[in-house]
Amino acid sequence: MIGSNVHIGNVSKTFGDFVALDDVSIQIQKGEFFSLLGPSGCGKTTLLRIIAGFEEPASGAVLLDDRDVLPLLPNQRSVNTVFQNYALFPHLSVFENVAFPLRLHKQKEPLIRARVSDYLQLVELQDHANKKPSQLSGGQKQRVAIARALINEPSVLLLDEPLSALDAKLRQHMLIELDSIHDKIGITFIYVTHDQQEALSVSDRIAVMNKGMVLQIGTPQEIYEAPATDFVAKFIGETNLFEGIVRKIDGELLELETAEFGTICLTDSTPPAIGTRVSWTVRPEKLRISHDSAANGRSGLNTLQGRVDEPIYSGFQTKFYIKTAGGATMKVIKQHADWSDEGPEIAWKDEVYLSFSAKDVFLVERKQ
Amino acid sequence: MKKPDFIKAFSFSRTVYAVTIMFLFMPLLVLVLYSFNESRSGSWTGFSLRWYVKLFTDSSDLWRAFGNSAIVALSSALVATVIGTLGAVGVNWYRFRLRGYLRTITFLPMILPEIIIGVSLLVFFSGLGIRLGLFTVFVAHVSFNLPFVFLLVLARLEEFDFSIIEASRDLGATELQTLWRVILPLTMPGIMSGFLTAVTLSLEDFVITFFVTGPGATTLPLYVYSAIRFGVSPVINALSVVMILGTVVLAWSMRRFLKNIAAK
Repeated sequence: MIGSNVHIGNVSKTFGDFVALDDVSIQIQKGEFFSLLGPSGCGKTTLLRIIAGFEEPASGAVLLDDRDVLPLLPNQRSVNTVFQNYALFPHLSVFENVAFPLRLHKQKEPLIRARVSDYLQLVELQDHANKKPSQLSGGQKQRVAIARALINEPSVLLLDEPLSALDAKLRQHMLIELDSIHDKIGITFIYVTHDQQEALSVSDRIAVMNKGMVLQIGTPQEIYEAPATDFVAKFIGETNLFEGIVRKIDGELLELETAEFGTICLTDSTPPAIGTRVSWTVRPEKLRISHDSAANGRSGLNTLQGRVDEPIYSGFQTKFYIKTAGGATMKVIKQHADWSDEGPEIAWKDEVYLSFSAKDVFLVERKQ
Repeated sequence: MKKPDFIKAFSFSRTVYAVTIMFLFMPLLVLVLYSFNESRSGSWTGFSLRWYVKLFTDSSDLWRAFGNSAIVALSSALVATVIGTLGAVGVNWYRFRLRGYLRTITFLPMILPEIIIGVSLLVFFSGLGIRLGLFTVFVAHVSFNLPFVFLLVLARLEEFDFSIIEASRDLGATELQTLWRVILPLTMPGIMSGFLTAVTLSLEDFVITFFVTGPGATTLPLYVYSAIRFGVSPVINALSVVMILGTVVLAWSMRRFLKNIAAK
């Protein structure tokens, strides 16, 4: 598409027999925080390295600001990378690491000083300018790497699992910081991660990848609420995934016949033909659990009966594994919201009713 | 727990250590001692500096040989360091077919007996019709010094994460700028120790040099060898002491230099 900041068109890449990227196409708009999300080996890092210029695709096109960058060397592309292991120059101080790109262009010393101190301020490291990378903590190293990658004012910043080497608490903190840096600088961020929480919390849009293919591109809400394939549903958050056969279509309302639960109704704007075998999914927090079947018989509401197989309490919520009458297990997450909706506590081996709206059931494409 | 006294009094490892050190340094001590001996023969007749005087005033052949050695050692070490460093960088940097083989082959001269290298170089030079002399000695020394430099630089390079090279390119540096601003500063300790090793190996080489030398290109080891065929002159002892001193000073200043680099 003309006008996008980063255009990846039908890019494929193989390493020997291994297909790393299989006909990948992505358009990224200027200023987006875009995440490539997938398990290790899904091709997300390869795609990042192709954009940076470290790998060449077997076929396809990569345009930056409508300009073909495939003939360009890494140092000729207005793209900078934050590497997974920081890749700081160990022989240079923090200041000189950040100044490195400017020194290459033989800029005047006062100008270099001013620019570097601006960027050290951005990442709050102005007090550590004279330290060596070996004297810094993991989080500080990460910030040096970010400042160094930003000082050239690239059109796109690539981040290759930048937080994976940090511990969980620091990761949360750095994530918020990254987000605020993105807001300040306003350039495009392409963020590679295997951590769905990271991707969901900071991205404008996410591309979920598996086995070299892009399965779905969308906002975090779209990806989470309406996963396109069974893989996306399972990879992002927790879900209940089952199969069924389409039996009845009434406008957007569909009825499925399932082996485990009998009839399940759902809405879909582009329903498949009657008799099609489909996969469907419903998120655990969309199910309502109670001792009595209050809402039974309402149209557009699915009601199941079952018994609590295992309650897992974790403070702000409880996760229940419910063995339903048909023998299948349904995961349900109940948030402990406030006192008003608390009936008698649901305990192990209780007989319960589950209800969920047809609107919260999604058909997913079966594809690995 | 406090050790019983008899263990303190006799420590096996300490004794072995002392004996080993003695075994290593006794000959050197004897050499130093005899360089100050008045007489030419093996018995001690009194303290004298006459052999040092002779060394510095009346040993022009010896100094010519020393000069040849110095020229060959410095030039061959320099050339071997440049080629070996670039070779190591290349093997570390680029991924290509036969990369593994190239690595292994480069180490081959280190394990081949010197006499084989000497003979093959001789055959090579005479086959090409190159006249034996200082130049052929220089070429031979470059060839056997190369693997050592290559090994030391490569070892240093492999300590670093390859991604810093990618980071340098990513930040806008050309290959040459990356070499100059990232790789060379980082591998400098390896390059320096490669160079020093090369100088040392070249200075002391006898076997290979023996095969490829020609008229007027006698190096110090060759000179010493031919000299002792007519009986050991104490001048050689004096020379050895001077060289030991030189080596110690060089090694010490090198240590300080490397320490400074590491501390920076």
